Amino acid sequence: MGTRTAIVGVGQTNHTSKRKDVNGQELISEAVKRALADADLSLKDIDAVVIGNMDHFEAINNVDGWSVDGSGAFMKPIMKVTTGGSTGGTLGSCAYHHVASGLFDVVMAIGWEKNSESDTQAAISTCADPIVERDFFGGAIGPNAAEYAMYMKQYGATQEDAAMVAVRDHNNALRNPHAHLRKFITVEDVMKSPMLCWPIKLLDSCPRSDGACAVIYASETRAAKIAAKPAWVHATAVSHDYVYFGDYDWEMMPTLRTTVDRIYRRAGITDPVKDVDVMELYLPFSTCGVVWMDHMRVCGLGEAPKLIRKGVFDMSGELPVNPSGGVLSTNPIGATALIRIAEAALQVMGKAGDRQVHDVKTAMATAFGSCYWFEATVLRSVKP
Amino acid sequence: MDRVAIVGVGQTKYERGKTKNFAELVYEVTRKALDDAGMGLSDIDNVVTTTNDFYDGRTIACMAVAEAAGSYGRDATNVEGDGTLSAFYGLMRTLSGVYGTTMVTTHCKLSEGSPRKLFNQAFDPVYERSLGMDAISSCALQARAYMHRFGVTEEQCARVSVKNHGNARNNPYAHVSLDITVDDVMKSPMLAEPIKRLDVSPISDGACAIILATEERAKKAAKKPVWVRGVGHCADAYRLGERDLSVSPALEAAAGRAYRMAGITDPSREINVAEVYDAFSYMELMWYEGLGFCGQGEGGKLIDSGATQMGGRLPVNPSGGVLSAHSVQVAGLARIAEAALQLRGEAEKRQVPGAKVSLAHGAGGICAQTHCVWVLSN
Repeated sequence: MGTRTAIVGVGQTNHTSKRKDVNGQELISEAVKRALADADLSLKDIDAVVIGNMDHFEAINNVDGWSVDGSGAFMKPIMKVTTGGSTGGTLGSCAYHHVASGLFDVVMAIGWEKNSESDTQAAISTCADPIVERDFFGGAIGPNAAEYAMYMKQYGATQEDAAMVAVRDHNNALRNPHAHLRKFITVEDVMKSPMLCWPIKLLDSCPRSDGACAVIYASETRAAKIAAKPAWVHATAVSHDYVYFGDYDWEMMPTLRTTVDRIYRRAGITDPVKDVDVMELYLPFSTCGVVWMDHMRVCGLGEAPKLIRKGVFDMSGELPVNPSGGVLSTNPIGATALIRIAEAALQVMGKAGDRQVHDVKTAMATAFGSCYWFEATVLRSVKP
Repeated sequence: MDRVAIVGVGQTKYERGKTKNFAELVYEVTRKALDDAGMGLSDIDNVVTTTNDFYDGRTIACMAVAEAAGSYGRDATNVEGDGTLSAFYGLMRTLSGVYGTTMVTTHCKLSEGSPRKLFNQAFDPVYERSLGMDAISSCALQARAYMHRFGVTEEQCARVSVKNHGNARNNPYAHVSLDITVDDVMKSPMLAEPIKRLDVSPISDGACAIILATEERAKKAAKKPVWVRGVGHCADAYRLGERDLSVSPALEAAAGRAYRMAGITDPSREINVAEVYDAFSYMELMWYEGLGFCGQGEGGKLIDSGATQMGGRLPVNPSGGVLSAHSVQVAGLARIAEAALQLRGEAEKRQVPGAKVSLAHGAGGICAQTHCVWVLSN
């Protein structure tokens, strides 16, 4: 096996809809400085940097080179990885493999996005094939709306089931000082919010945020000296099979199933509800927080609404999901999935403040992007 | 570092205006690399693709090539940058103990885009873009800074063009192969002083793939393994005004890391053949210096000496280099593929006899802000 690797520090910006006070490089710098402060390290301790975002949102080519003023990668190795919404998961995996390879000891992953500078949905639409699909692919919301419509018809789930997920995530965000949207809401509020793309309404939907996140990974020999309680990486996994949107199996979600099967096998998880103490899931719409739980093998097909109504995924439930407020409360796209990893790490490190789940030994973070590209990371308080 | 081998390589012919789409280009080279390695797709544990949303003209451009690269049913990831960096990430994934083999692909089809406008997007949006900066105008500044400081002449730069375009005649994959003289280069139209048309690489469509394997898995490959001995990459400052453009400290740092890992102390004697990122003729002279093939400011003298020609002490770019085929992000991975072919003795008419240690170099960003260096041996 490779070098044992742990997360030893995380930093997030104050996420909001428009960070007019900073440019992109300054936004990145804010997250980097906070991560360094969290780990009590200085820039000279960082051996390599990985960075990611989505090019068309800020229209900056060669972001790895451009970012140097903010990332601190001057005269250091830096590379850019990007896979759309899942970029943050790709970043975490890339930093992990930097260290696990034995070539680097301390590596910083940085995800960022300044969505306020972009026409987000127009930019997302260009991910579709230019000839066959682009003309009618209307941004990110369509596929997920279709997915939940099918699920409701097949299993009798309701719009209220999804609304309960929205209420959970939004209200969890009240305990997270970094969250973009922090407003107490009820199921009734969600149901009354404007319809965007049936059955997804405004409060079922993620915002678009300006923000950045930095996560520091370290090798076994360095991790113990840097952090009192590092979050050890036990496994990462990814699955992706896109060619055309119409080719995807919307009912069985093979890429999500493959990703969780891989991560559970690699991390030795047999029953996710019992073996995982907290999950930070990339749920861009509340509806995903219903459908995807089935395919993550948390329950049988069609059973997620029952568990949601029982409160299994609430802060006081058996498997708390998104104590941070999740993607529904904060969504700087290139950073979003890295924030999931950062929040999972904070839970394992016991540094999650008011949103801390009691005694977390195992945490899992996921990423979602492009056409059902899923990634996952499992962190534990004990070494692998 | 554990031993990792390059066990398969595949390249398209580089040319302008290919009719294949991105996926078809990538499929061509993954198929070739698998055949070269004597492997099937089931032997590939994970995949690293390379895309650029600007050059590809679509967001999340990795979606377009995932299946053609063999991503279906296996772990996959995507780098944006020169192919040497994708290979670097592939190397790290192979070393991590999680994956025994890694497919690395890269493609570019810039004939469908507007290269000057797309590269302009790399400049600062407020202060520099509106000046119309692009690759040629910015590199002209670097060429002039380098030539002025060290007394390197336009004729010495032209010699690189003559050498590499001539070498390209031996490479069936090359886009532009020419039988030209220094005089031809000097008389070619001025684009941005001191850079003339024949000092510049073409815009080529193409793709390249390599397969990396652990020592254990390399045993199953059909061809003799080519071992990765040392790697390093490094970034200089972003703004041109903050850099001394006449030297390349990031290349020195990247090469230093690769040489330390490979145990190389005298690169000019220990390396038998090099493939470097010569997007412009002056660059090859600067990279001689950054790679330690000669002292600072001596790049012009080194080309004059003939040491870097075919038959010289250290042939550089037997393939014709980037000057003869420039598929942007493909260019660095093509250097690795060519450096590997040299060590297998399979470089045909461009073979450097008896090559045992080879070097591949990739670069990215404005005036080669970032560099990546690979040292290989057989």
